[in-house]
Amino acid sequence: MGATRLGLTADVLSVDSLTSTVLDSADGPVGAVATFVGLVRGENLGRKVAFLEYESYEALALKAFARIDEEARAAWPSITLGLHHRTGRLEIGEASIAIVVASAHRGEAFAACRYAIERVKQIAPIWKHEHFDGGEVWIEGATADPDDEMARGEARRRACA
Amino acid sequence: MRVTVRLFARLREIVGAPELTRDVPDDATLGVVWDRLAADYPALEPYRTSISGAVNADYARMQAQVHDGDEVAFLPPVSGG
Repeated sequence: MGATRLGLTADVLSVDSLTSTVLDSADGPVGAVATFVGLVRGENLGRKVAFLEYESYEALALKAFARIDEEARAAWPSITLGLHHRTGRLEIGEASIAIVVASAHRGEAFAACRYAIERVKQIAPIWKHEHFDGGEVWIEGATADPDDEMARGEARRRACA
Repeated sequence: MRVTVRLFARLREIVGAPELTRDVPDDATLGVVWDRLAADYPALEPYRTSISGAVNADYARMQAQVHDGDEVAFLPPVSGG
């Protein structure tokens, strides 16, 4: 999806192109890249999943991604982060999110990558509509509140675990 | 004054539209917009304690003032990733 580091797209995600974008954006020495890719799982809560549809509030989601990027850089200043999230219908096994973090050393890259996915799940205005054998259901996870310091602390704790 | 209300996921389905316009009092807060909407669509009521709100595509508290022409949004708990 072009050379934007943070974005939403209905197109298939490419980790390679996101990695190139991140490396092109990095302004310090890079010695490590950590990548997280979330896939549509064929089973959820004992249900056989047929496919997922992702809906987003795009304008707010892009701001949430920018906020996550700022939070991560405040915590790990040497990183450069890329985050692409898919929208629309996704089949089992397709990538719904790709996060790529480049940094000088591996520790910050792993930590920031984990932090970013935890924060996406907390504050990105995106919803999964799960279609399974015999029905469909909207998945409802966290009440989004970017100023909730407890949630932010929990994401930080998981990142550094 | 008049505001645009955007709704997502299950809330959108309950109301039957992704977007609607509402006339609200000039001193209305985001919470007042929600109250009026929930009065018209009682199936929204169970979401009262779990929604997030936004004004002009920024997260906002229910106490936030809204203004004529604002785009407000109500968001059920999120499930991205």
